[in-house]
Amino acid sequence: MSANRVFFEQVWAILAKDVRYELRSKQTWTSMGMFALLVLVIFNFAFDLRVENKAAVAPGALWVAFIFASLLGLGRTIAAEREQGSMDRLLLCPVDRKAIYLAKLLGNLLFISVVEVVALPVYAALFDVPLLTGKLVPIVVLGTFGITIIGTLFATLAAATRARELLLPILVFPLIVPVVIAAVRATEALLVPTANEPPWLGLIIAFDLIFLSVSTLTFQYVIEE
Amino acid sequence: MALANKETTNVVQRRGTLAARKARLPLVSLVLGGLAFVAIMTAIPMAFLYAQTDVVQGPAQRIFYFHVPIASVGMFAFVVMAFTSIMYLWKRDERWDWAARASAEIGTVFITLTLITGSIWGRTTWGTWWSWDPKLTASLVLWFMYISYLMVRSYMGRTSASANAGAVIAIIGVFDVPIIYEAVNLWRGLHPAAQVGVPGALPSDVVLTLMVALAGFALLYSFLMLQLYQFQKLQTFAQRLRATVEYDM
Repeated sequence: MSANRVFFEQVWAILAKDVRYELRSKQTWTSMGMFALLVLVIFNFAFDLRVENKAAVAPGALWVAFIFASLLGLGRTIAAEREQGSMDRLLLCPVDRKAIYLAKLLGNLLFISVVEVVALPVYAALFDVPLLTGKLVPIVVLGTFGITIIGTLFATLAAATRARELLLPILVFPLIVPVVIAAVRATEALLVPTANEPPWLGLIIAFDLIFLSVSTLTFQYVIEE
Repeated sequence: MALANKETTNVVQRRGTLAARKARLPLVSLVLGGLAFVAIMTAIPMAFLYAQTDVVQGPAQRIFYFHVPIASVGMFAFVVMAFTSIMYLWKRDERWDWAARASAEIGTVFITLTLITGSIWGRTTWGTWWSWDPKLTASLVLWFMYISYLMVRSYMGRTSASANAGAVIAIIGVFDVPIIYEAVNLWRGLHPAAQVGVPGALPSDVVLTLMVALAGFALLYSFLMLQLYQFQKLQTFAQRLRATVEYDM
């Protein structure tokens, strides 16, 4: 009981530190947010959106913007820790590695969610799609969670290599294919409801649960040298 | 301090020469290589002359005798890589890591060949080089995972951090491939389903040819596994020896 409490206190302490750091520097949030908005604008031109292709293209554009912005932020938060040597100090503390992973995961999830909350209304306005409903919330939250679970683990792994910015997308993109398919399809189903749609949300939940456990268990191996 | 360094250097060097002496390939690798050669050399004429021509697909179907065994071995190599990776993280013995890396290198070649032979077949039968079918997509994603594994391993050098990172990629990957398959399957499906073992689905000459080819490629895999394992071992020792020389200078 008390071991559990210590664990969550550790998670909370690391999370609070990361949030305070981000609130003061504002580096990651602003660059991620700007990046997501720019991707949306570029997509607008690249696909020449019209009424007839909007339902097919708009969900994809939204998720590509989210994924690209997430990877940008994920790479940044862990790399900053490495550059300033604070990760080494964190590892010297008698903290459970699982607590470090969960704190980093929740921190990244929080940063990406803030960006998404800003990007979604802009997206709805630019693409003129009626997506801002309560049904979108679980899709976005669970989808982002899946991307962050894999992304946090591999951002830590890639930060130890020389080619970290290049390596992160190469590692993460193949692994999050199920989340991408399910999230885009579920979002599309909100725009054009179809019968017999497979249980996309269930697939994302299964993905999240499986990789949350596997990543929590394997994180200690990517962080120790 | 200097004495200690000298001593460790000597130990590493002695270990290096010992390894070089032990580095000769065991006889079993020669036997496996010979058997693989014989089996594949039997499978080639069998595929072209013995097995009957498919009524619907015509001669293009014959690529199946190479495509299916290569794909099976390529996927099996990933399972071996994940298993040896788990064993490495558990036992902390670098020999498991050498095996994982060897399996990854062979698997990459096999999955690359799978994608190529599959595309050739798809062109003649489906009329397109590529389709986003579950089996194709899962193979492609598997190929990406192999490549990213090898990239990480080569960027990080021969350190224990590199072995750890590789092991984590392999473990995450082996859990992900079935989910990817399921996701794309829900998305769309087109690939012909496996007919081996379904009674009456395939003529016996087709099954026999496939089995000979499968045995040939499985033997080839085990032969290459021994070769590459040895190669990984020698490279690790060579790098350690090089490091001691650089340290002395």
